[in-house]
Amino acid sequence: MLIFIAKRFGFMIVTMLVVSILLFLLLEINVEGVATKVLGPYSSQESREIWLEKNGYRDPLPERYVRWLGNAVVGDFGQSVRFKVPVGDVMWPRLWNTAVLGFWVFAIMIPLSLTLGILAGMREGSKLDRSISVTGIVTTSIPEFASAVFLSAIFVFWLKWLPGTSSMADGFSFKELILPMMVLVIYDFGYVARMTRASMAEVMTTHYIRTAVLKGLPYRQVILKHALRNALIAPFTVIMLQVNWLLSGVIVVEFFFAYKGFGALLLEASLNQDIFLIEACAMVAVFVAVGTQTIADIGYTYLNPRIRFS
Amino acid sequence: MANPSTSTMPAPTFGTALMRAVRSFGLLRESWVGMIGTALVLFWVVVAILAPVLAPFDPNATLIPFQKPGTAFAGNDTIPPGTFWLGTDQLGRDILSRVIWGSQTVLIYAPLATLSAYTVGILMGLAAGYFRGWIDDLLSRIADIILSFPVLVLYIIIIATIGASGLNIIIAITFASAPGIMRIVRGLVLDLRNRDYVAAAQTRGEGAWRIMLVEILPNARGPLIVDSCLRLGYVIITIGVLGFLGLGLPPPDPDWGGMINETRAMALAFPHMVIYPCIAISSLILGFNLLADGLREISLRD
Repeated sequence: MLIFIAKRFGFMIVTMLVVSILLFLLLEINVEGVATKVLGPYSSQESREIWLEKNGYRDPLPERYVRWLGNAVVGDFGQSVRFKVPVGDVMWPRLWNTAVLGFWVFAIMIPLSLTLGILAGMREGSKLDRSISVTGIVTTSIPEFASAVFLSAIFVFWLKWLPGTSSMADGFSFKELILPMMVLVIYDFGYVARMTRASMAEVMTTHYIRTAVLKGLPYRQVILKHALRNALIAPFTVIMLQVNWLLSGVIVVEFFFAYKGFGALLLEASLNQDIFLIEACAMVAVFVAVGTQTIADIGYTYLNPRIRFS
Repeated sequence: MANPSTSTMPAPTFGTALMRAVRSFGLLRESWVGMIGTALVLFWVVVAILAPVLAPFDPNATLIPFQKPGTAFAGNDTIPPGTFWLGTDQLGRDILSRVIWGSQTVLIYAPLATLSAYTVGILMGLAAGYFRGWIDDLLSRIADIILSFPVLVLYIIIIATIGASGLNIIIAITFASAPGIMRIVRGLVLDLRNRDYVAAAQTRGEGAWRIMLVEILPNARGPLIVDSCLRLGYVIITIGVLGFLGLGLPPPDPDWGGMINETRAMALAFPHMVIYPCIAISSLILGFNLLADGLREISLRD
C-alpha cells in the first residue's frame, strides 16, 4: 500500500514536471513574443531588447526553465501584465471564490446524483430506471452556456427571482451564487447518476444479493447493508474525477455570470496574452486535476478490500 | 474486404454489408430512445444540406436590427409582418437563416474533427495494443499526461497560442481527444490480439499494420461506433463552448456558439437572439446522445 502511494505521488510529480516543460516551451520558446506580450504591441524594438536583457531572457533555455520552475515552486509566478500586480495576488483570491462555488456544487450534486443513481440501479429496466436515465441524458446534452441562458430566461427574465450576474460587487451574496451553481449541477449530475446506476445494477446481480434476498431479509436491509457499500466504491472515483470536469465547467459559467473566479481569470489571461498568469493558472489547474486523480486512485484502493489485500 | 476475388476467405460483399446495416437500423427501431435520437440528428442533417433552399435570407445580410420574432418593422411598409420568424439580431441579420446555416457549420466541423481525432487515436491505440513494449509505454504515458489536463484549459491554451480558425479547432480537438480514443482502442486490441484469426494471419505472414487494420480493427467496431456518437456530441459542445468564449470560428459566418457570445449581453432585453441557437445546439447534441444510448442498448442485447 505504501509503495503504491509512493508510486502514485511519483507519477503525479513527473506529470507536473512534464506539463510545466510543455507549457514553458509553448509560451516562452519565442522570446521576442514574450517581450511583445509583456510590453505591448506598440513597444519599440530597443525597449523590448532592454527588457529581455534585464530579465535574463537572453540566457539559455534550460537555465531559464529551471529559474522559472524554482520561482514557481516557492510561489513567485512573476508579474501579471494585465493586472499590474504579482500573479499570486490575483490568482489566490480567485481560486478561493471558485472553491466556494465548487463546494456548493458538490454539496448538492453528490447527494442528488447518488440518490437517483441508486434508485435507478435498484430495479434495472423499470420505468423509474428508464426515466432517470433519459433525464440524465437530456441534462448532460445541454451545454453549460445553453442551460445558463435557459435558466436566466426563466429565473431572471420571467420570474425575476434571481440576479442575472454574479459579480459580487456588494460583497458575498448567496443569491448570486444560485444560478452558476444550478447550471453546473444540471450539467454534471446526469453523468454521476448514470455511473452510480451502472455500479448499483452490477451489484444487484451478484450472488450475495440473491442470497440475502432468498434468505428472507427485508428488501430495505438488503439494499442498505449489502448493496450500497459495494455499489458506492465506483462512484467515489467518478466524483473525484468530476473535479477535473468542474475546472472546465467553471470557465464557461464564470464567464457567463461574470463571477470573479479562477476559470474566468484563466480565460481573461489567455485572451489578453498575459503569459505569466496563463502559466500559473494552468499549473494550478493541472495540479488540482492530477491531485484529485491521485486521491481517487488511493481512495479506490483503500475502499476496495479485494485490491487492498491482494 | 471490398474485393472478394483476391481474398482467400469468403469475405462479405458490399451487398451483404448493406443488408447488415439495414438490419441493425431495423433493430434500432425497437428502442424508442434511439429513434428519437435518429430523428433529431436526421432533422439537422437535412436542414444543413438544404440550407440554401430553406434559409429565407442571406445569413450575413444586415436587414433591420432588433426585430422580435414574428413582428414587422413598425412604420415600414416594404416588409410585411411576420417576415422574421425568429426575429433579427443586433446587426439586423435574420436569426432563422443564421440558425439554419449554423447547422451546416457545426455538421461540417464536428464530424471532421471527430474523424481526425479517431484516425490519430485508432492508429495510436492499435500500435500500443499490438506492439506492446516500449511503444505502448511511451504512448500510454503521453495519453496520461494529456488526459490529466482539464479539457477546456487545454483548448484555451492551444487556441490562444495558435489562434482561432477552423483548422486550428480541428487540431486542438484531435490533440485533446485522441488519447481518450487511444485508451479505448488499446483495451479492445489487447483483448483481440490473442484470437485465432490473428494468429492465422500472422502464420500467413501478413504485415503487422495489415493485421491491425484488416483483422483487428473491423472486429473492434461495435464499442467504437457507440463511443463515436457520444464523442460527436462532446465535440459539438466543445465547438459551441469555444464559439461562446470568443475562441471559435472567426465572424461573420454563422456559428451557434458565436451567435450566443455576440448577443448574450442583450439577452435580458432581447432573449430571442440567444435562445434559438441554444435550443438548436442542445437538440443536436441530445440527438447524438440518445442515438448512442439506443445503439448501446441494442449492442448489449445480442
